[in-house]
Amino acid sequence: MIRLYDDLIIQTVCRIMIPLIQLFAFYVIAHGHYSPGGGFQGGCILGASFILMVIAYDINWMKRRFSEKKNILLIALGVLIYALVGVLCILLGAEYLNYGILHKIIPTDSVKVRALGTLIIEIGVGITVMAVMVSIFLNLTTLGKHEKGEV
Amino acid sequence: MIVILTGAVLIYSTLDMPDWGDPNSPASLHVSPRYIEKTIEETATPNAVTSVLADYRGYDTLGETTVIFTAAVVCILLLRRFEDDKTL
Repeated sequence: MIRLYDDLIIQTVCRIMIPLIQLFAFYVIAHGHYSPGGGFQGGCILGASFILMVIAYDINWMKRRFSEKKNILLIALGVLIYALVGVLCILLGAEYLNYGILHKIIPTDSVKVRALGTLIIEIGVGITVMAVMVSIFLNLTTLGKHEKGEV
Repeated sequence: MIVILTGAVLIYSTLDMPDWGDPNSPASLHVSPRYIEKTIEETATPNAVTSVLADYRGYDTLGETTVIFTAAVVCILLLRRFEDDKTL
């Protein structure tokens, strides 16, 4: 049995830390080309910041900022971005997910555009992983009820 | 007895495996040199792990993302409850 109570120290520290955690998550996603990191890792950090909101405050506080509808839409949106980039490559006349062909619509050469295509799909992966982390955590901890209560 | 025999056969078969990190093993002779040597000139990405994950093996990563997507969908379908649910 975990009792719910508001702790001033924890809430203040989380209020300061959550924006920094989210900023670091975007850095990990965007800097995946040059250092360890990428969509999966950055998405996990971003999802952890929302989970920290639920732990430090409560589920309603977090759902006012990131509703369940948006969460489910983002789960599908990330996979959709990934798959649509592949379909776009087919429409421009290359193999599925062969980003080199995207230089026809993005004004840069066909090598640099591969790095750009990689970044786009990493963003898609990051969105999906973030929303999935939050969704699974909420469903497991509240037994699917999505409401404030003692577990 | 069967377990010990199987374990003995498995341990015996590992003796033929290439050494750890052997540059002449078949796994590091096929496509790995190309990924390591050409990753900057072909994909402009200094991190070879990212270029293999998202570019050379992009289809694989799409599958991984779909696995995570499916996990979330199944989790919602199995666990999510609403107040007007009559089946509970």
